[in-house]
Amino acid sequence: MSADTHHENAAPLAHHFESYEQQRESASLGMWLFLGQEIMFFGGLFMVYILYRWMYPHAFAEASNMLNVQLGTFNTAVLIGSSLTMALAVRASQTGQSRKIVLFLILTMILGTTFLGVKAFEYHHKWEEHLIPGSSFAFEGKDPAHSQMFFFLYFAMTGLHALHMIVGLGLLAWLCFPAWKGRFSAENHNYVEGVGLYWHFVDIVWIFLFPLLYLIGRKGA
Amino acid sequence: MSALPTDPVAPQPKKNYLNAEYGVFSWLLTRDHKRIAILYLFSVSIFFMLGGLMAVLIRMELATPAGDLVEPDIYNRLFTMHGVLMIFFFLIPAIPAVLGNFLIPIMIGAKDLAFPKINLLSWYLYVAGGLFTLWALIHGGVDTGWTFYAPLSTTYSNTWVLPVGIGIFINGFSSILTGLNFIVTIHRMRAPGMTWFRMPLFVWSHYATSLIQVLGTPVLAITVLLLAAERIFHVGIFDPKLGGDPVLFQHLFWFYSHPAVYIMILPAMGVVSELIAAFSRKKVFGYHFVAFASVAIAVLGFLVWAHHMFVAGISVYAATVFSILSMLVAVPSAVKVFNWTATLYKGSVSWETPMLYAIGFIGLFTIGGLTGVMLATLGIDIHVHDTYFIVAHFHYIMVGGAIMGYLGGLHYWWPKITGKMYPVFLSKLSALVIFIGFNVTFAPQFVLGYLGMPRRYHAYPEEFQVLNVMSSAGATILGVGYLMPLLYFVWAMRYGKDAPANPWGAVGLEWQIPSPPPTENFHEIPVVTHDAYEYEKPSLKEAPVVG
Repeated sequence: MSADTHHENAAPLAHHFESYEQQRESASLGMWLFLGQEIMFFGGLFMVYILYRWMYPHAFAEASNMLNVQLGTFNTAVLIGSSLTMALAVRASQTGQSRKIVLFLILTMILGTTFLGVKAFEYHHKWEEHLIPGSSFAFEGKDPAHSQMFFFLYFAMTGLHALHMIVGLGLLAWLCFPAWKGRFSAENHNYVEGVGLYWHFVDIVWIFLFPLLYLIGRKGA
Repeated sequence: MSALPTDPVAPQPKKNYLNAEYGVFSWLLTRDHKRIAILYLFSVSIFFMLGGLMAVLIRMELATPAGDLVEPDIYNRLFTMHGVLMIFFFLIPAIPAVLGNFLIPIMIGAKDLAFPKINLLSWYLYVAGGLFTLWALIHGGVDTGWTFYAPLSTTYSNTWVLPVGIGIFINGFSSILTGLNFIVTIHRMRAPGMTWFRMPLFVWSHYATSLIQVLGTPVLAITVLLLAAERIFHVGIFDPKLGGDPVLFQHLFWFYSHPAVYIMILPAMGVVSELIAAFSRKKVFGYHFVAFASVAIAVLGFLVWAHHMFVAGISVYAATVFSILSMLVAVPSAVKVFNWTATLYKGSVSWETPMLYAIGFIGLFTIGGLTGVMLATLGIDIHVHDTYFIVAHFHYIMVGGAIMGYLGGLHYWWPKITGKMYPVFLSKLSALVIFIGFNVTFAPQFVLGYLGMPRRYHAYPEEFQVLNVMSSAGATILGVGYLMPLLYFVWAMRYGKDAPANPWGAVGLEWQIPSPPPTENFHEIPVVTHDAYEYEKPSLKEAPVVG
């Protein structure tokens, strides 16, 4: 490949690949498969949630009304914005504009951190209202046991999502240095593209979590 | 299979993947798929011996009707740890992580798997998961059965459920990453001319296996996490007393754990396809059907899980649907068995050691598979549910199928992997001893189960003793059979004759490079111009060494 001479700083072709194209396609397919297993991983939780929501609609709707829709909506907007900046970072990496990659990576990280900050505030609020499942759980409702189940699933699902966000932020930070050094080019931007795919996936999980947890059945409580 | 200009009498080069580097770290930090396969070979062997030790104790206890060897609590732990170690730490990784790891890149003409570092990470995750499980074992083990049914596992068991759960969770990611690596490798790393329908069937069956690993294992992971959360926080997801649903646990568990059966058996089927073709000197009959049967088994495997739950309170309608779907799995399985048999027909069959295992596999798998159809039938399943009939059935698939396939594969590729030949007579004898030992152990259990002996009890009524003594005696023979390869393989590594590049006169890219292969597998990526199993073309039998 002539790329070796054009981009002295570019990440090298691994020894077992024949071309940059093969390496890029392998990395991309690997990421898609990883996301496939992530869908099955979250899918188990969604399945549990859907089943119990269907079995105990009133207890779940009552508990769901305790969530703050304004904050949830704000966070949804923040995450969608971060998907845009991430997509711009991937675009910049394809054209090898290293300063732009870093700019958009940092913007994405700021938006991601904002999301987590709001989430932490929401968690803290639930703590003050004794809505954390466990011995201190206190909820005035017709079926507190199953409302507690809602809150357990709420924390499990949003917590697992937040954990994925934290991992994503770490990956974004890790990309900044090689991006600054100009290591990404049209031939080799697999890392940015892979992290981008991951970030969009985490956003999409939230797009499903938000209506399931915050929105459906609000009036029926 | 490939047409490369080479020197037909090239001497074996002295440098190969085994002696390219020395020292502990050259192994522990290796990214060579062949060395990682060796790491797996050693570690799965250790877990196989530990799981086997549990089986020995179980069969000793069951030699007499009274519970006179171990306490009931200990017995529960024995069969649980036997299941956990054998399934998660031996059967699931054995063929893919050892033989698949070693052979898939070579068979498709690649220098390595697509992600060598992730391949090494998989091994470390496997070891970490194994250590967690051993830690629990040392502290007294776990008594829920390998199925971890709630609410016993979530609420009532006072044993080390959590560390074992964590061990299985971590090990699950090893399995997922191995599957992911294989799929990407098969899609993206095939040599020029190696089209999908020129791939050896071993690669096809691993492709199907990998799909299950990537799509099924995460569901087990989240199930184990929920189980752990319920144990720690006492929130009811599965425990009915806390508002949960124990049947939901069974659904989630079997959604992975039934397809997991196919993770264990599909790679063994891949091995058998290779062996049958090589030792009957014929193309596999109906190559496309055998290839698609693997994929069909993987897909159907995801639709049958509730046949484990016919007595768990699911509706008759659901049970009927799952019963019919389960029987459908027999179709692609039978396609394979018939096609192997048709391959043998008019072939020039030779009875080398690997072939003995392959023939053993076909017979035992057929018995295991047909009893599986019996069990998919609602009426029979309710009669024999939770009896030794089930135990016999799945051991015919797991031990008679998967382990026979694994041993057959090891005997077939051992000269390639280590560059050494093993003693012929001893290896044939061991195949015979294992076959006899296996049948004497597990055939009586079909009868025991049909007569009503329940599984998972340490004591039983006296009328069952004769058959149980037979079974325990068979287990002893089986144990001897398993020790023999262990000993002569180790012996052969040091004292065996040097293996030629192609000791069986087989076709396939792996037989056209030296034994053991060089680190890079191929100095030049081969160009493939033939289908797999071109045994009818005599020029390919003496295929040149292209290392």
